[in-house]
Amino acid sequence: MLILGIETSCDETAAAVVEDGKVIRSNVIASQVLVHAEYGGVVPEVASRQHLATVVKVVRRALGEASVTAEALDGVAATCGPGLVGPLLVGLELGKAMAYALAKPVVGVNHLVGHFAAVFLEAPGNPSPPPYPHVALLVSGGHTALFRVEGRARTMLLGSTRDDAAGEAFDKVAKLLGLGYPGGVVIDQLAAAGNPTAFVFPRALPARGDLDFSFSGLKTAVATRLAGLPRGKGGAIADFCASFQAAVVDVLVRKARSALRREGLRDLVVCGGVAANRGLRQALAAAAAEDGFALYVPAPALCTDNAAMIALAGTWAILRGERAALDLSVDPGLPLA
Amino acid sequence: MEAKQPIPPAVIRLASAEETRRLAAHLGGHVQVGDVIALTGTLGAGKTTFVQGLALGLGVPAGRHVASPSFALVNEHPGRIDLVHIDFYRIRSPAELPELGLEEAYDRAATAIEWAERFPEWLPEDTLRVTLEVEDGGARVLHAQGDGPRGHALLRALRESLHDEP
Repeated sequence: MLILGIETSCDETAAAVVEDGKVIRSNVIASQVLVHAEYGGVVPEVASRQHLATVVKVVRRALGEASVTAEALDGVAATCGPGLVGPLLVGLELGKAMAYALAKPVVGVNHLVGHFAAVFLEAPGNPSPPPYPHVALLVSGGHTALFRVEGRARTMLLGSTRDDAAGEAFDKVAKLLGLGYPGGVVIDQLAAAGNPTAFVFPRALPARGDLDFSFSGLKTAVATRLAGLPRGKGGAIADFCASFQAAVVDVLVRKARSALRREGLRDLVVCGGVAANRGLRQALAAAAAEDGFALYVPAPALCTDNAAMIALAGTWAILRGERAALDLSVDPGLPLA
Repeated sequence: MEAKQPIPPAVIRLASAEETRRLAAHLGGHVQVGDVIALTGTLGAGKTTFVQGLALGLGVPAGRHVASPSFALVNEHPGRIDLVHIDFYRIRSPAELPELGLEEAYDRAATAIEWAERFPEWLPEDTLRVTLEVEDGGARVLHAQGDGPRGHALLRALRESLHDEP
């Protein structure tokens, strides 16, 4: 069974072909492929949200790399929310038009359900699939939330950020430190050489049993502390990054442990772009060893927005017998079902 | 009812995030469909905090998380009046703005825009402009300026709230 996935919910224009709900035949992201080819370098911002200009090229490329014709597809899946209304429409309308022309089924996929599907793909760097139910920590530039994942289509929100997402806090602190934007990865690199106890930053931990997050106070504390620091101290910036990162990681790990305890579960999936953060992975691995839970982190390319996860979630929906009517529209505020 | 005279800007000192939320919630009670509030201030100045209060005043349910739209660019919250919460922080070029649906939001909801000063030409003439500054010691100073009839009405509502304070 060959399913084409199309993802255009926010920054990335992406398309992928997944076979039999497991194998990634192709997984194309415009900002990583087209821009490289056309500009001869990594210029990710050039391709951000140029969905209309790139989506057909990206889909063609995904079919080409998978060595399949459009006629050979068994269905099409496109993200229908949450996200930006314009970009979502570009992907979903293309998906519906292709399905109509090919007389194949089409389904709309919740972007977040796609993130939870990513760990089930067979791919280099992906772990063995976790059992259901499990807890999922989605941690990225746009999301910081904990979920109880009961099954392929059954997910319950346990808690989410009240203000900033963790990835956003990383990127904004990087900007404050003059490390560029987005600069979460640079913070992680600098933090490796720094002392995480050099600066004391607040851990926002709302009431016991509350699985919500808040990183806005930390961002403000960093800005305030930074204003009082002398400039140009090479070592201080590594200590600063390490201390900030420790504050974020500490909260994420504590909340994930609380969620596992509260739900009585022993399996934790971590997805989203911040799942690639080395400090977070180390701290979670240590917590897993101590508490005796199993940790599943998808390969980095499957943690961030991609269409393979949409194709897989779409495969599941089509196997369940779901079919979208051609008047299916996007829902920018789509919550988890 | 058009204001005949320009109303002078308001300057309001806010000792805590809670005060920021309370003031914005009061303002939210006066907001109508079509109103636009443009927010300016450094990282951590309290723009999102202000919009959280505004959402309460607009009747957005208290349990709903009014989180930063920096990454998503646009978040929408259903209330007595729907709130469209926009962020220009990650927008690099005006070419990216049409997909945010600004004009459509201006028509059918109340709109709050963070980092609004990045693309001032995309704001309607009738706007309440709110700037948040951080004082040494952590208090915030809010400067509000109203342009156009609705901007003036909202500025008046902000001024009134000062007299309501104990």
